[in-house]
Amino acid sequence: MEMSQLLNNGEISSVDLTKAHLERIDEVDGQVKAFLHVDREGALAQARLVDTKRKSGEKLSPLAGVPLALKDVMTQRGIPTTCGSKMLEGWRPPYDSTVVTRLRSSDVVILGKTNCDEFAMGSSTENSAYFPTRNPWDLTRIPGGSGGGSSASLAAYEAPLAIGTDTGGSIRQPAAVTGTVGVKPTYGGVSRYGLVAFSSSLDQAGPCARTVLDAAYLHEAIAGHDPLDSTSINAPVPPIVAAAKDGNVKGMKIGVIKELQGDGYQPGVLKLFNQSLEELAKLGAEIVEVSCKYFDYALAAYYLIAPSECSSNLARFDAMRYGLRIGEGSAEEVMNSTRSAGFGKEVKRRIILGTYALSSGYYDAYYGSAQKVRTLISQDFKDAFEKADVLVSPTAPTTAFKIGEKSNDPIAMYLNDIATIPTNLAGVCGMSLPSGLAEEDGLPAGFQIMAGAMKDDRLYKVGAALESALTKKWGGGILEKAPKLVAK
Amino acid sequence: MISREDVANLAKLARIDMSDDELDHLASELSVILDAVARVQEVANSDVPPTSHPIPMTNVFRIDENRSSLSPEDALSGAPASEGQRFKVPQILGEE
Repeated sequence: MEMSQLLNNGEISSVDLTKAHLERIDEVDGQVKAFLHVDREGALAQARLVDTKRKSGEKLSPLAGVPLALKDVMTQRGIPTTCGSKMLEGWRPPYDSTVVTRLRSSDVVILGKTNCDEFAMGSSTENSAYFPTRNPWDLTRIPGGSGGGSSASLAAYEAPLAIGTDTGGSIRQPAAVTGTVGVKPTYGGVSRYGLVAFSSSLDQAGPCARTVLDAAYLHEAIAGHDPLDSTSINAPVPPIVAAAKDGNVKGMKIGVIKELQGDGYQPGVLKLFNQSLEELAKLGAEIVEVSCKYFDYALAAYYLIAPSECSSNLARFDAMRYGLRIGEGSAEEVMNSTRSAGFGKEVKRRIILGTYALSSGYYDAYYGSAQKVRTLISQDFKDAFEKADVLVSPTAPTTAFKIGEKSNDPIAMYLNDIATIPTNLAGVCGMSLPSGLAEEDGLPAGFQIMAGAMKDDRLYKVGAALESALTKKWGGGILEKAPKLVAK
Repeated sequence: MISREDVANLAKLARIDMSDDELDHLASELSVILDAVARVQEVANSDVPPTSHPIPMTNVFRIDENRSSLSPEDALSGAPASEGQRFKVPQILGEE
């Protein structure tokens, strides 16, 4: 929001701001590798347009002229959209996603497309078909996933705002391990039109930023009913920005989920979580413990539901209407060879798993049972929200691990999302913000806040309160403690 | 347990050619993953209704009227092959 003020006061132009970010990308992205595509011309043209509008005295949105990085699973007309996959290499979509349309009407400057795990399947951005993205805190470590490019671009100061998508934690877990803020809105709160589908009943686009208030402005700009998405909720957007400015938690009940701590969580991450709770208590919040006993089954249910939906959604990549086409012979032969060459290992693994879970004879035992677990988890949330206004947990069980450390062990990789997945299964909303640096390794950890459907404003109220208390304690934002990246 | 033949059949259903190596690898990996996710059955009793979607879904209708859509050029812009205003695809039906 500092940038917004400078722009508004005429102290800097959007063109200068955009150029500064493009230069920063030139300097450090060779090391960070956050971007798959940088749209220099488009960004500068948009910036010039905003500067002209501002000069003519037009009333502009608070985000007008501010640059943003877009996760490469969102369509933007004429701009390469690969989803981190060879299947869509070189594809330029003929239409804008609703998120892009809304960013345009807020005069946001889109810098380019950020790297992600192929079709957003992964927790480390190592599954990108192009290259892994590196964590700006330690270039030998993962930036989280699937939206590692979006979060890394923020932490490396290549962009002040970014868009992510979150199916099981792909906005929140990267935010946690890069020391940034990420929000998964209520399911249906932000339109999915133009978001390349992975798991349609779980996917949700949302804001990534360096502060809670920045995320709030971006969230409000992209949220709201969209007739082009039949799952979009037709109700007023909660007062998100007002809640982030308010940040008063006095008298609020904050529920600590018993099942999302303990075994498997890094001691330093848990320590920071407990210190954050103390800060919230000092601010007048009441901390209560709640139990969500079916959360133990969330990961298992997720790894049946998401692959099942993905096996169906990714059937559209049939080599006929767009994307890759490889091989000769009948349509079926061409499909077989194209999908063999175009999809990476993790995507194939999930398509096969989903095909199995949906096949006759196994449907009830696997997909059907997972859907029942989903009901139980929603019930857990409902009961917990009767005892507390928001629920909290560490965002991810550990800080960023080394690139390559878990890539041959799918189960260990899946465990990264153990605390973020329940939110997606129930369609409620969640935020991750930095809780500090873990004592073992000096790397950032995340504090997760969850609220009921269409209660997104509560995330911002609690998030703003905690952020303000912690930055006072640290004497500045957490990213100021990150090692400085310099051009090589 | 999931056998190599099971995986080969699933790959055929999913229209993905797979090498022998891939089939071997996936058969062992999927067995481990399926063991881990099968625990959903422990609590999925018959009295629990399934949830397919996190929010109540209703049919969405719109007024049946003309409105603008993608132009044929735009719709074909990403096609691997096209002819006139049509997608050009490999043979779908057999000879007979």
